[in-house]
Amino acid sequence: MFESTLVNQRNDQVQKRFKMIFGVMLVILIIPVIIIISTLIIKGSPSISWPFLFTDPTNGMTEGGIFPALFGTIWLVIVSLLASVPLGVAAAIYLSEYAPDNLLTRLINLATINLAGVPSIVHALFGVGAFVVFFQFGTSILAASLTLAIMTLPVVIVSSWESLQSVPRPFREACWNMGATRWQTIWNVVLPNAFTGILTGVILQVSRAAGETAPIMFTGAAMFLPFLPNSVFDQTMALALHLFVVATQVPNVPESLPYGVALVLVGIVLLMNTVAIWIRMHLRGKKKW
Amino acid sequence: MMTQSVSATSTPPVPELAINTRDLNLWYGTFQALFDINLKIKKGIITSLIGPSGCGKSTFLRSVDRINERLGYVRIKGAIEVLNQNVYAPEVELAQLRKQVGMVFQRPNPLPISIRENVLFGYRIHNEKMGRIAKSEADGIVEDALRQVLLWDQMKDRLDHKASVGLSLEEMQKLCIARLLPVKPSILLMDEPCSALDPKGTAAVEELIWELRGRYSILIVTHNMAQARRASEECIFMLMGRVVEHSPTDQLFVTPTHRETADYIEGRYG
Repeated sequence: MFESTLVNQRNDQVQKRFKMIFGVMLVILIIPVIIIISTLIIKGSPSISWPFLFTDPTNGMTEGGIFPALFGTIWLVIVSLLASVPLGVAAAIYLSEYAPDNLLTRLINLATINLAGVPSIVHALFGVGAFVVFFQFGTSILAASLTLAIMTLPVVIVSSWESLQSVPRPFREACWNMGATRWQTIWNVVLPNAFTGILTGVILQVSRAAGETAPIMFTGAAMFLPFLPNSVFDQTMALALHLFVVATQVPNVPESLPYGVALVLVGIVLLMNTVAIWIRMHLRGKKKW
Repeated sequence: MMTQSVSATSTPPVPELAINTRDLNLWYGTFQALFDINLKIKKGIITSLIGPSGCGKSTFLRSVDRINERLGYVRIKGAIEVLNQNVYAPEVELAQLRKQVGMVFQRPNPLPISIRENVLFGYRIHNEKMGRIAKSEADGIVEDALRQVLLWDQMKDRLDHKASVGLSLEEMQKLCIARLLPVKPSILLMDEPCSALDPKGTAAVEELIWELRGRYSILIVTHNMAQARRASEECIFMLMGRVVEHSPTDQLFVTPTHRETADYIEGRYG
């Protein structure tokens, strides 16, 4: 009575066909990633060395290292984080915990999500207008970092908002019913439990900020500088722009150099993402409601 | 309020009231959920609130500690007096009201912090010294609260464990009651406190509620008629946002005065 019938066999075949289609899609998706990473490693790794990371470029950027660019990227990321994290997390807390659920709040949420999709070159032009010209920061680390911050803000807000929302509502109700204010509830219960998620979101934005070229090339990143920046009002080199320059703008660059720069850049991004995933797994593992 | 001083001298003492409502009407937007509720809930006893789903039991409970207002679209007419004070008067501080009126929920919701900190949470937020309390004082508070809810013996060796893991639902629910006690509330509101528990847990929590009678005035919403009958002294039957009957529990279950009450307790609808 339990033998398979024609219907079962047909259902089974359809199911197998779909499984195969999805599997093939996945492979198609993975192949480019593998090709990119392996090409970078094969062509770029010969140029990676300590001196490469820690010396200046020489001979019209066709030789030497990438230290000023590496240093500049770190600067840009740190300053942009200092601006975007407090702002973004505060905005997310307001949206998630204080704002009433009405049309305006929903519009703001929608606008924030859409803002995340604005092309980075648009942010770049905004940065030129706002920070370089209007606030007169000039082309500087400050202007470039703030432009990066504006670019990453929407995603910081959205990911922080999601982390805050993922804290179960009964916890808040328990607090409110004991007479706790919203802030006491946020500080004691919501934030400690949303912290991991917020942190992960922030780290993912670090990697995005490190990799973007457009927002910084008009606002503070220079093609080549013979000195390291002394303050946030100086210009700086940056990895992403350096890669663009050595790959397209400078003649007679040995092939391994741009690949080396790209490998370092991708390495930083992957490292950051790995840290984010690790933090998430490590802290989530301990967290059970 | 005005008549009370008179009656206190001339007629036999009126029982003290924990909750007294006058013509309470409540709307969610345009939907009216409560109609002309006039209830006198006595101090120090257990009163149960029964009725079919959607009859306004929980709504009533949630308007006593004014937690309903968070929804934003709730409108109220009439008055609710808690311990002879209208809680909708403009000078009422919500934090003080919620200190006097504790709420226990259907699903136990201990906070994701240690058992000890759960018990101390309410005390800390109402404390003048911004929650900085001496260890000895804190220890005393925790022990007292956990003893009151019959949890001390099981919990005393794991006070630093997280409250949201490793406890049975019954223990969690008792802990949720315990954390209300350090701020010395007068009224405990319970919204189906046993409906997430198994029969054994239900029995244990009912026993605890019975134990707390006298020290606190308890208003308990329940779907479980057997529970209302076992574990309450007075019983209120609500239907479609109105109070149908409010009488001593035995009386309500044995000789209900309204047809609807009789039909409901006999299980003809629900």
